[in-house]
Amino acid sequence: MTDTIAVRAKNLYKVFGRRPHEIVQQLEKGATRAETAHLGTAAVIDASFDVRVGEIFVVMGLSGSGKSTLIRMLNGLLESTSGSVTVGGDPISGTSPKRLREVRRSRVSMVFQHFALLPHRTVLDNVAYGLEIQGVRKSERLAKARQVVALVGLDGWEDKLPGELSGGMKQRVGLARALAADTEVLLMDEAFSALDPLIRREMQEQLIELQADLGKTIIFITHDLNEAMFLGDRIAVMRDGRIVQIGTPEDILTDPANDYVAQFVQDVDRSRVLTAASVMEPARSVIPVTAGPRAALRVMRDLQTSAAFVIGRNRVLAGAVHDKRALAQVRSNESDLAAILDPEITTVTADTLLVDLVEPSVGSALPIAVIDDKGRLIGVVPRVTLLAALGNVSSNTGELTIVDPPLTIEEAVLTDTLGDAGPDQVSQKGVTV
Amino acid sequence: MNDFRIPLGDWADVAVDFVTDNLDGFFDFLRAIFLALYDAVDLMLSSPPFWAIIAVAGIIALLARGWVFAIVSIAALTLIVGVDQWENAMDSLALILVAAVIALLISIPIGIAAAGSKTVSAVVRPILDLMQTMPAFVYLIPALLLFRVGVVPGIVATIIFALAPGVRLTELGIRGVDSEVVEAGQAFGASKWRILRQIQLPLAMPTIMAGVNQVIMLSLSMVVIAGMVGAGGLGGDIVAALNRIDVGLGVEAGISVVILAIFLDRLTASLGHGRTYLSRILDRVIPSRRNVVAPARTR
Repeated sequence: MTDTIAVRAKNLYKVFGRRPHEIVQQLEKGATRAETAHLGTAAVIDASFDVRVGEIFVVMGLSGSGKSTLIRMLNGLLESTSGSVTVGGDPISGTSPKRLREVRRSRVSMVFQHFALLPHRTVLDNVAYGLEIQGVRKSERLAKARQVVALVGLDGWEDKLPGELSGGMKQRVGLARALAADTEVLLMDEAFSALDPLIRREMQEQLIELQADLGKTIIFITHDLNEAMFLGDRIAVMRDGRIVQIGTPEDILTDPANDYVAQFVQDVDRSRVLTAASVMEPARSVIPVTAGPRAALRVMRDLQTSAAFVIGRNRVLAGAVHDKRALAQVRSNESDLAAILDPEITTVTADTLLVDLVEPSVGSALPIAVIDDKGRLIGVVPRVTLLAALGNVSSNTGELTIVDPPLTIEEAVLTDTLGDAGPDQVSQKGVTV
Repeated sequence: MNDFRIPLGDWADVAVDFVTDNLDGFFDFLRAIFLALYDAVDLMLSSPPFWAIIAVAGIIALLARGWVFAIVSIAALTLIVGVDQWENAMDSLALILVAAVIALLISIPIGIAAAGSKTVSAVVRPILDLMQTMPAFVYLIPALLLFRVGVVPGIVATIIFALAPGVRLTELGIRGVDSEVVEAGQAFGASKWRILRQIQLPLAMPTIMAGVNQVIMLSLSMVVIAGMVGAGGLGGDIVAALNRIDVGLGVEAGISVVILAIFLDRLTASLGHGRTYLSRILDRVIPSRRNVVAPARTR
């Protein structure tokens, strides 16, 4: 268990003021930050989380939410008032300065918002700085630094001074310095916030690539929700010193813990975060290929829809059947559904982003079928659902069934042909949609 | 009559008496050291012929700032020789150098300590205020008592007078270092000493050098006052000129002080900028010292 946890924070408090412990006690008893404000400032209140090895854990919050204080407690730049932090099993809180320096050298490095490069040293010497402090021999550390400089795409700039670089390049140096130190944990404090938007996006993509290659554990602080959504495997949302929600980007978008988070996420480009899996609905209009046209027609009538998905063995999606053709088959007393199968159906996988569902949805008469890697039907995304998800309105219409597409043949004709008792209640409500 | 009288002066008398009675050996020891230092530096400056010293000064000026400064310096120093103040000027220069170096050796560590601790800063600040605003003559009185007439009380008074800007500007410089860069040092596990040596001092260097410059300038301004306690040099002639209302001598000695002052000021100021003429020459001679040719920027 512990070997998969890179960083663990438990009931972490940081209070600035004359009597911090008194404030912590009051906060533990349930006082709010405002109630203790006259005694001091509670920057971080009762923060607990585990960061798993190899994940990008984003801490997101507006300025003053305590996120910068939080990250500085993770490597001991700030001593926590109460609670504990461990990095790779080494305690950070309440450790001697000497031991703390060792942990910082070997386990956790940091990238800063304003780069914090040493202006009097060249790019190469800056990148080698962490290794220099670790006591690595000069030739060895410069060789390693050269490698990392190339890794972040700065070859040829090794002998420049930081003052000669653009902002994006400076932060590459900052990133390279942290990577060269070769620690398993990387703390990034608003690392891309000082960069302009195009460079920022480029750096984000590079970070994800690097992380995929190197498998570092990254704790990333940001106030930019889109950045959080883009980078984060999991996101912790902070407000007024407290962590209000921890979850995957999808969790936070689809299931915000409170109004604050909901308000926060309302401006996010949902189509680039949510996937088909998070909005799809169970497929109702489905029949096995062995069931025959009569059964297909009955399902379609009951659901008030003109088409049904047909599945073969092991629920593998075979195609769709349309009401008119099924009706014709029933009338001519044929029973092989496979003969009238329409194989031209639009399918997507579960991790397709909503933005990529829009175009297929326009071109498809049927709801979009979501299949898994074995071709099995795991759900459908009707157009209404897609629209609702994009518009961030609830698609849960209660008892109303979403019918997509509607019947093309009159219900009475169907009932007549099938010769049974008639539609049940579901279909009558379905018509109104 | 008003009976309210705080005998502050009496207390000062008692304190100085106590010190002279009990710590006489210590002050004799200090006196011997200062005197030896002064004599050594003075010997170095006074014994070679004037043109040798001027030549060396010219070369230093060239390396520090360039041709114009070198030529002007040589001309100005020759002017000192021309008004027959060369020996006095060298005596004064020796006093300034000894006093300034000692003042810096004391003030920079205090400045570093004050930058590192609010308590030290709070204690040091009023003392510096006092040292800077107390009329310089006042230092001469106990200095005379403790070190007797001569060059040493001049040095001591100069040190005390010149300390303050060294401490202040060192503290200011170190406090002014970008806290994120210091944090970076901490975050990578550097020790305090290492952060001081590799980050704080180099980044604070321009400000610290401004402090060095100020210390030297203040030392120079004490030269005249030091002349009153028999420290000799240019100050001795100026005091003599004052006593005799000798305008000619006063102008000659005065202009020499000005020349020394401007020379030292420009010289130390150029060191503070970092980019001296010497380093520019080296860059040109050894191209690899500068940047390797970089590829064109892609964006």
